Amino acid sequence: MENQNTYNYKVVRQFAVMTVVWGIVGMLVGVIIAAQLVWPALNFDLPWLSYGRLRPLHTNAVIFAFGGSALFATSYYAVQRTCQVRLFSDRLAAFTFWGWTLIILLAAITLPLGLTSGKEYAELEWPIDILIAVVWVSYAVVFFGTIIKRKVPHIYVANWFFGAFIITVAVLHIVNSAALPVGLFKSYSVYSGTIDAMVQWWYGHNAVGFFLTAGFLGIMYYFIPKQVGKPIYSYRLSVVHFWALISTYMWAGPHHLQFTALPEWAQSLGMVFSLILIAPSWGGMINGIMTLSGAWHKLRSDPILKFLIVSLSFYGMSTFEGPMMSIKTVNALSHYTDWTIGHVHSGALGWVGLVTIGAIYFLIPKVFNREAMYSTKLIDTHFWVATIGIVLYIVAMWIAGVMQGLMWRAVNDDGTLTYSFVESLEATYPYYIVRLLGGALFLAGMFIMAYNVWKTIAGSKPADEAIPQTA
Amino acid sequence: MDINDLRAAFTVIMFVMFIGIVVWAWSNKRRSAFSEAANLPLNEPENPRSDNEVVKKESNQ
Repeated sequence: MENQNTYNYKVVRQFAVMTVVWGIVGMLVGVIIAAQLVWPALNFDLPWLSYGRLRPLHTNAVIFAFGGSALFATSYYAVQRTCQVRLFSDRLAAFTFWGWTLIILLAAITLPLGLTSGKEYAELEWPIDILIAVVWVSYAVVFFGTIIKRKVPHIYVANWFFGAFIITVAVLHIVNSAALPVGLFKSYSVYSGTIDAMVQWWYGHNAVGFFLTAGFLGIMYYFIPKQVGKPIYSYRLSVVHFWALISTYMWAGPHHLQFTALPEWAQSLGMVFSLILIAPSWGGMINGIMTLSGAWHKLRSDPILKFLIVSLSFYGMSTFEGPMMSIKTVNALSHYTDWTIGHVHSGALGWVGLVTIGAIYFLIPKVFNREAMYSTKLIDTHFWVATIGIVLYIVAMWIAGVMQGLMWRAVNDDGTLTYSFVESLEATYPYYIVRLLGGALFLAGMFIMAYNVWKTIAGSKPADEAIPQTA
Repeated sequence: MDINDLRAAFTVIMFVMFIGIVVWAWSNKRRSAFSEAANLPLNEPENPRSDNEVVKKESNQ
């Protein structure tokens, strides 16, 4: 029986299962558009299947549907257990699930129809934006309401990260989506020109910093200690990590606008803050990995831990690569090339994808009343398939990107360009095929996961775990 | 005093605050509270009482 003396696992179950479903959908669209880059005819001359419409569907589905559902599931699970109380409001929690699902469905309909506000990672039109704001504020009420009624004196560090993620995403979304509607499906941003670009990338980079980083660091700070069975390596470091990360990320956005109409000082500011970001990023990574100190042998036998720890290696890699790419001279080579795509996917597949998958493998048996996942061996298979997929993907994009950058800037003695754009595109083909293969492998891993999850929950009874009664 | 003095002052204040956070985090009097907090995910009893029988999964690994 579900009641006030049990944890609300229903909403966790819903979001956890949908994480897998949306992961498959979003990554499948990714594989389709990767194939379109190799064989453009795959859009079948249908506007709804054209690259320009499917690409935002892919990014929205993997970030907000897959990543978002994972964040809802893990934050609702972790906040209840570390506060030792049931979620603040069951109704509002259910509203966040159905509201979020509706938003995803609306995105899946409107984006292929070409209804878009054209802002990257914020393409959805204004009626959906309003719904997102309402659902997000409800999420904040549920999350912080739970923290307020906690039965323990401390607010565990994972909840600080989840909390910062929730508040910041609300601010980013509301400010960046401010628009003047001119019809039900059309609006214009209230910002214009360079200001619009700066607001967009203040939003865009902090979507990376808070949605894809702070939120998932919350997952790291709860699920790695749980899976290792030891507290986090240094709680002190986690406190400094938190304040340093959230105060630095806010300023890094201009690095998306190097060599544009943005004032020079703002470009340099973005570069400097991006470089500073290495410190908190690596501090957090070291804190997570060192939690394994003295228990390294567990990595050999525990594939869930492999997912969680290798995700941190990718996090370390991409948070080193990112600041390097923000340096203006490096950016002059890397910008607008596939290197950027490689960097994003080393973060998205390697860090966000792997840490999410690890956490969901931990979560599913707990909330479906099973002792473990159906097959540990399949988790291991998933790990290797996914990791090989990521490596193929990012290596192909690194080579393609550096090659494109060098070809575009090459000039003859008389000052004319050595290569036409099409020549660089032709040279990229083989790497697009390798990238497609890498993406397909990562997607194949998700199907393995879906089978494993299906076999784990089939015939299970939902867990209604009692809250420990502390004095 | 122009706006740039305010900007410089803000930078200095933020830096001092950061140093303050580091000193506070590493101060000895936070030691026991942090250790309590760090153990929050681990000290909870696993499955203290469940209204459902734990359904044993078929062994097939």
